[in-house]
Amino acid sequence: MAADLSHLSAAEIARLVRTRALSCREVAQGFLDGASLDQKIGAFLRLDPETTLAEADRAQEMVDAGVGGPLAGVPVAVKDNLSTEGIETTCASRILEGYIPPYDATVVTKLREAGAFVFGKTNLDEFAMGTSGENSAYRTTKNPWDLSRTPGGSSAGSAAAVAAGLAPVSLGSDTGGSIRMPAALCGVVGFKPTYGRASRYGLVAFGSSLDQVGPFARSVEDTALLAGAITGHDENDSTSLPSAPITFSADGSLRGKRIGVPQELMGEGIDAGVRARVEEALETLRQEGATVETISLPSIALGVSTYYILAPAEASSNLARFDGVRYGPRIEGEGHIGTVARTRGRLFGSEVKLRIMVGTYVLSAGYYDAYYTKALAVRERMKEEFLAALDSYDFIASPASPLPAFPLGSLSNDPLALKLLDFCTIPANLGGFPAISIPCGFTEGLPVGLQLLAAPGEDEALLSSAHAAERALPPIGRPSP
Amino acid sequence: MAISLDEVRHVATLARLELDETEVARFQGELNAILGHFHDLDGLDFSGLDPATVAVPLTDVMADDVPGMTLPRQEALRNAPLAKAGLFLVPMIIEE
Repeated sequence: MAADLSHLSAAEIARLVRTRALSCREVAQGFLDGASLDQKIGAFLRLDPETTLAEADRAQEMVDAGVGGPLAGVPVAVKDNLSTEGIETTCASRILEGYIPPYDATVVTKLREAGAFVFGKTNLDEFAMGTSGENSAYRTTKNPWDLSRTPGGSSAGSAAAVAAGLAPVSLGSDTGGSIRMPAALCGVVGFKPTYGRASRYGLVAFGSSLDQVGPFARSVEDTALLAGAITGHDENDSTSLPSAPITFSADGSLRGKRIGVPQELMGEGIDAGVRARVEEALETLRQEGATVETISLPSIALGVSTYYILAPAEASSNLARFDGVRYGPRIEGEGHIGTVARTRGRLFGSEVKLRIMVGTYVLSAGYYDAYYTKALAVRERMKEEFLAALDSYDFIASPASPLPAFPLGSLSNDPLALKLLDFCTIPANLGGFPAISIPCGFTEGLPVGLQLLAAPGEDEALLSSAHAAERALPPIGRPSP
Repeated sequence: MAISLDEVRHVATLARLELDETEVARFQGELNAILGHFHDLDGLDFSGLDPATVAVPLTDVMADDVPGMTLPRQEALRNAPLAKAGLFLVPMIIEE
């Protein structure tokens, strides 16, 4: 199959498959052929031709039966912290090496119901803990725009795969910015739905009150297509909202929309080039009829501390299950507890162990109120502050990342430096708000992402306006790695 | 508020993480850096804020008490590092 399908959008592929211009197998083979580029990028942990073609055949059966679905024949790369039945799922950790889930995550089941098929498992920071993609135990993913730089994290592979055309769309997860940060650094669209709209069943839990699954794509339209397929109430997730799946309207307009820009996210700590691109983008939105005003949300300054108390606390509990007893490798130690401790000590990476210890510490007797209870109160205050602003404004806008893609290895020796980069994205997770990053230009040849955030449940309005913004902003083009 | 090496070892024990002494020393430095950052929460007024916050407006979500599909035991044991007779095998926990 010589045709290069890498430029096709998910919407185009679905149309070509539904009209029988392409078969699902041809689509799968086309992207498998294109996967040789991954030798340079390192987006995938696993991409097996036989499994992929079998998946494509299953999708074709649906098309032949007349139940193709809105994502008919679309290959979707899936972050390796999402359970896929029969396909090894490692969360980029050695402690899950060889683990083959006996079930699919709900979002994976829903993808297939929409006619799509799983196209490989993508690389991430181990257990989704990271901002640069450099914490994987298996490989380093590179930014397709500059192979010496990070793609961002934790959904590094999912973002890079879409940016490089290795897959038209992908799924990631976002706990403190893990979809929006790599989307910004890789020049693609990344969307985190309102907390509770996409099921977390089958997403390996990191921070249960913060995690959400979301799509990456090269357009807001494709993003919305995937978001529609994976959202909706799920009985298997007790935090799943009784909301309907996300719908999309392509004729949104920015006219009359009110956008608040927190001064705390446009000042200190923001790269000058990033700020310039975001200011230009906001000026473009003004020309489209939006009112754009500076606001102040002081709680933003406390976001990093609040998040890095709450997320590790939840992680310390969620990762207790990895003990070498029921799945993954086991390393023998003295007795049962010794075996558990040695398995975890040797097979978890450093960053994971650090966060488990932070979480254990802040939850331990004597420190619980000093840290954890305080963080919960700040979280409440931040949510109230943002909701008050969203009473007066339709959206809150800012950079998605304070920096463009940075050189591999440049920040990994400082335990705090990478975490501090999360300050633009963290509020959406703490408050459960839907938020999206769309490309808005370049600084020194590297993509810049504009983040838009809305009130809980306003996913449709957010996607519709993001689409209008995307139409008005300069096109991003494709990298040539 | 500096964390001592003993406290690091204690936390590692609580978290069931076996660390060598090099790691203990390294984590002491990293934990101190992170805990130090948390000082920006000191001295804030939290009166009037209920810390019992929930992420979504849902409470007491229960499944209906009806039988449904469960994981067959064979499937559940498939990934076990050590299994026998339908059981996960672990080193002895309680000595006689």
